Amino acid sequence: MARNENSIFYGVDRITILTYALLVVLGWLNIYAAVYNEDHQNIFDTTQKYGKQLIWISGAVVIAFGILLIDANFYTVFAYGFYVFFLTANILVIWLGREVKGSKSWFRFGDFGIQPAEFMKFATNLVLAKFLSNRTIIVNQVFRLRLKDLIKNYKNTLIALLFICVPIVIIKKLQNETGLAIVFIAFVIVLYREGLSVTFLIFGLLAAILFVVSLVVTSLPTLLITLAIIAAGSFLFVGRNRKNLIVVIIVYACSAGVVLGTNYVYNHLEPHQKVRIDVLLGRGNVNLKKEGYNVNQAKIAIGSGGFWGKGYLQGTQTKYDFVPEQDTDFIFCTVGEEWGFFGSTGVIFLELFLILRIIFLSERQRSDFSRIYGYGVAAVLFFHLAVNIGMTIGLMPVIGIPLPFFSYGGSSLWAFTILLFIFIKLDSNRLLILR
Amino acid sequence: MSNNSQLSGRKFIIGGFFCLIVIIYMCRLFYIQVIDEQYKLASNNNAFRRSTEYPVRGYIFDRNGKLLVQNSPSYDLMVIPRETKGCDTIGLCEVLEITKEEYLKRMKKACQAPNSPRKESVFEKQMSAKTYAILQEKIYRFKGFFPQKRTVRQYPKPIAAHLLGYVNEVTKEKAEKDPYYREGDYIGITGIERSYEEQLRGKKGTQISITDVHNKIIGRYMNGALDTAAIPGKPLYCTIDMDLQEYGEKLMHGKKGAVVAIEPSTGEILAMISSPVYDPNLLVGGKERSKNYTVLERDTLLPLFNRALIAMYPPGSIFKLLDALIAQNDGVVDKSTVFPCAMGYPPMGGKPKCHKHGGAKDLIGSVAASCNSYYSYVFCRIVDQRKYPKFIDGYNHWRETVMTFGPGTHLGTDLPYDKPGNVPSAPYYDKVFGKNGWRSNTIVSLGIGQAELLLVPLQMANVVATISNRGFYYTPHCIKGVGNQKYLDKKFKEKHFVAVQKQEAYDNVIEGMARAMEPGGTAVASRLKDIVVCGKTGTAQNPHGQSHAVFLAFAPRDNPKIAIACIIENAGFGGVWSAPVVTLMIEKYLKGKTARPEIEKRILDADLINGKNLLSTGFH
Ligand SMILES: [Zn+2]
Repeated sequence: MARNENSIFYGVDRITILTYALLVVLGWLNIYAAVYNEDHQNIFDTTQKYGKQLIWISGAVVIAFGILLIDANFYTVFAYGFYVFFLTANILVIWLGREVKGSKSWFRFGDFGIQPAEFMKFATNLVLAKFLSNRTIIVNQVFRLRLKDLIKNYKNTLIALLFICVPIVIIKKLQNETGLAIVFIAFVIVLYREGLSVTFLIFGLLAAILFVVSLVVTSLPTLLITLAIIAAGSFLFVGRNRKNLIVVIIVYACSAGVVLGTNYVYNHLEPHQKVRIDVLLGRGNVNLKKEGYNVNQAKIAIGSGGFWGKGYLQGTQTKYDFVPEQDTDFIFCTVGEEWGFFGSTGVIFLELFLILRIIFLSERQRSDFSRIYGYGVAAVLFFHLAVNIGMTIGLMPVIGIPLPFFSYGGSSLWAFTILLFIFIKLDSNRLLILR
Repeated sequence: MSNNSQLSGRKFIIGGFFCLIVIIYMCRLFYIQVIDEQYKLASNNNAFRRSTEYPVRGYIFDRNGKLLVQNSPSYDLMVIPRETKGCDTIGLCEVLEITKEEYLKRMKKACQAPNSPRKESVFEKQMSAKTYAILQEKIYRFKGFFPQKRTVRQYPKPIAAHLLGYVNEVTKEKAEKDPYYREGDYIGITGIERSYEEQLRGKKGTQISITDVHNKIIGRYMNGALDTAAIPGKPLYCTIDMDLQEYGEKLMHGKKGAVVAIEPSTGEILAMISSPVYDPNLLVGGKERSKNYTVLERDTLLPLFNRALIAMYPPGSIFKLLDALIAQNDGVVDKSTVFPCAMGYPPMGGKPKCHKHGGAKDLIGSVAASCNSYYSYVFCRIVDQRKYPKFIDGYNHWRETVMTFGPGTHLGTDLPYDKPGNVPSAPYYDKVFGKNGWRSNTIVSLGIGQAELLLVPLQMANVVATISNRGFYYTPHCIKGVGNQKYLDKKFKEKHFVAVQKQEAYDNVIEGMARAMEPGGTAVASRLKDIVVCGKTGTAQNPHGQSHAVFLAFAPRDNPKIAIACIIENAGFGGVWSAPVVTLMIEKYLKGKTARPEIEKRILDADLINGKNLLSTGFH
C-alpha cells in the first residue's frame, strides 16, 4: 500500500481495522453455525440468514470505504444536520414503517429491513462531540446556592443530556424498542470523561442502587422507615446544624421519591418487562416454563460448552432452535457452546481490546471533537457488549440488543461500521488539523 | 485545553471500569462453563423437537342450550423434509391425489424460510376423513411424514352462516403483527367467529420432546416440566333461537332479503337471517373449502353478504312511525290532528302520491292506512315548527331525534362490519340544492322514508324494539354469555333512552300499528287470531327495480316478547310478502307452530328470485 497522503488509507489505524475485520468474520462464522443445517450448505444462499449477512457485510465494506473517502470536516460541519435527519427518520418510521411484533421501527425493502434507530447512535455521538468541543460542562465550586449560578453551571450539562434523552423517548415511547433506546445511556460515560460532576454520577448510582433495592424489598413502609432511620442517623453523625438538616431532608425526599417512583414504574411496566426483571432478581414465583425459559436455555447452551467447547458446527443446543434468537441477540450462546470458555473469553477480549484501543486513540487526539467522538464510540460498544453478554449469562435483564459486529442484522452492522469508521477517519487526520 | 489535562486521569477510571466488568463476566463464564455441572447434565447430545399443541375452539350454544357450532377432528399432514429419505413418494402422491411436480413444489416450500428442512411444516391441510384413513394404513411407508390433529368447525344444523361467520387461515400481515399467530394458524374472519376470536381461540400449548440421532422421539424434555398444555377456547352462549332461525331461513328461501328479530326487554337477537343463505359446513376443511368459497363468492345473488348488517335499504313507510312519534313529542300534532289527502300531498301538486284509503285520516288512522300525504304534512310541521326560527335548526332537530333510534349511527353490536345507514345531513343538501336552496317541501319525501334515507335491517328491528319498549332499547347483541361464568359485557346491560319520551305518543302509534292488522289496515291479511300483533308495512321504492317489501312488528301488544323486521328485495308491497313472513315467525316463536298452514305453504313455495309467484294480488 502506497504511503502517500492521497491514499485513503493514509494515517488510518490498521490495528483497529484488523480487529474490526476479525470480529465481523468470526461473527459470520457463528451465524453460519447457528443457522446451519446439512441441506443448505451454499453460503451464498440468500434465503438463509448467513447468505443475507454476506450481503450486509459487503454493504458494510462499501460503507467503510465511502467514509474513508469523504473529507473528515464533513462530519464536524454536518453534525447537527445528521442529528436532525435521523431524528426525523425515527419519527417518520412510526407511520411509514411496518409493525413487527408490537414495535414500529422497521423500514422494509422486500426481504431486507432497516432500523433507523440504529443510525441514531452515531448521529447523537456526532452532535455531542460538536456541542461539547467548544463548551465545558465542568462545574465551578459554589459556596452559596443561588438559582442563577446553578443554571449557569449546569446549563451545558442539561443541554447535552437533552441531546441524549430525545432519541431515548422517541425510540422507547413511540417505536416501543426498549433495547435500542436504552443504549443511549452509554453517552453518560462520555459526559463523565468531559467533566460531568462526580456528584451527578454518585446520585445516579445511588438512585440505581435504590431502584434495585426497592425491587428486592417489596414492603414499601419497611423501606421508607429504614431510609428515615439512616437519614436521622447521618444527621446526628455529621453535625446538627440547619444546613445539614436541609441537605439530609432533601436527600431523604429524593430517595423516597426514587423508591415510590420505582414502585410506580414497576407496577406500570408491561407484563413481559416485569417478568424479565423478576427473572433477573429471582423475585416472586418465576416460572421457568415460560419467562425464565430464554435465559435458562441460554445458560444451558453456554454451560454445555465446557472449557474447550463442542467444536465448530457441533453444537446441539443452539442448532435445534432451542435458544430463541440464537442468531441475533443470543449469538453468544453459539460461541459459548461450540467454542467453550476458551472461545467465549476470546471473543470478549477481542471486543474489549477494540474498545480500549479506541480509548487509547481518543486520548492522542489534538482536537476535542475527535476525542469526544472516540469516547462515544467506545462507550456505545461497551454498553452493547456488557448488556448483551450480561443477559445471556443471567447478569442482566433480557433486553434485546445486539453484540457489536457479531449478531445477525444489517442495520446494527452498518450502524456500528459507520460509528467506528467515522472515528477511524477522524483519527487519520489527527496530525493535519487542529479542530 | 487546560481542562483536558485535569480530566485525562478519568481515562483510567473508565478503562478500569470496563476491565472490571469484563473480569466479572469472565468469572461468571468460568463458573457456568467449567465449574458448575448442572448445565452439562441438562444438555447431552440429544436433540429436541418443539411441537405445538392446538387448542380446541370454543363451542357455541343457542339460547336454549342447543349446540349451534361444534368441532370435528381433522388432520393436517406434517412433514420434516430432511427425514424423508426412503419415503414412498409415488405412493404418497397417489393417496393425496397430487402430481409429482406438486409434491416437489410443496417440499421446496417446506424447506424455505420461514420453514426449515429440520422443522415440521404443513404439507397437506385438513385431509378428508377418507384420505386420512388410507394414509393411516400406509403411514410407515411415508418416512418424515406424520399426521397432526387439528379441529375444524362443524355445524349440526346448516343454519345461521352469516351470523356465526367462518374461520380461515390467518393472513401474512396479521401473523407478523400479532405475536399469537403464526402462518398457517386459523382465525375468525367474519361474524361471531371474528368478534369473539380471542375468547374462542383458547391458548396454544408447546411440547418439547427429546429425539435420538435417528430423530425418533425418545421422551419428553425435563419430563415435560417445560411443556405447556393447550387451553381450550371458551364456550359462547348465543341469543339465537335455533328453531326460529331455521324456520325463518326456510321462509326466506327463494327470496332475497333479511329478517332480524330482537327480544325487546333485553336487546338479544333471536334470529338474524340474510337470504340467500349458504350451508356453513361448506366453508370448513382444506381443498373443499377453497372450491366452495370461490363458487359462493362468484354467485351473483351474493350469498356471502350479510344483508342484515350491511345492506342499506330505503325504509319506506315504516319510517312514518318515527315521524308520528317525534311530531307528538314536539306537540305539533296530536291524536285528533287530521290532514287532507288527495291521492297525494296537495301542497306539492299530489306528490308524493298516495293510495285509495277512504279520505282524510287522523293520527291513528294514518298509521293503520299508511297515508303518504299525512306524513308529508307531519314532516313539514316538525321541521318548520316555531321553536326553530331557522329552518336548518328544525331539520337538524328532526335528524338528531331520528338518530337516537339508531338510523345513521353504528349501533355497536357485537358483530363486525355493521353499516350505519344514512340520514342525510344539512351540509349534504346544501351541496345538492345550494345553500338556502332547500325547504321542508323540497325534501318532504324523507317524511315517508324515501329520498336518501337508508337503514340496515338491524336498525329497522331496533326501531320497532324501541317502540315496543316505549322509549328505550338495549344494544342488540347476539352473545349473552362468554365462558362457563356466562360473562356479558356491561354495555349490553345499559338502557339507551331515545329522544322521544312522551308515553301518550307511543300509545297512539302502537294503537295505529295494532289497527294496521285490522280490517281497513294495510296488513289485515296477516292478522292472527289469538295474538295481538302491532305492525307496519312499508314499500320502499328503489331505483334498481321493483320496490322492496318491508314489514316490521312486535307481539304481543302487552309485554312484548319479540320485535321483528323483514325486508324482501324487489317483492313489491310489504303487506303481501313480508308481513306473512313476520307473522309466521311470531307464531313460531310464541306458539311453536302456525295456525295458518295455507299461508305458510304459500310463503315456503314462493320463489321470488326466479320470478315465479310474482303476481301482485292487487292488494294495497
Ligand atoms: Zn293518503
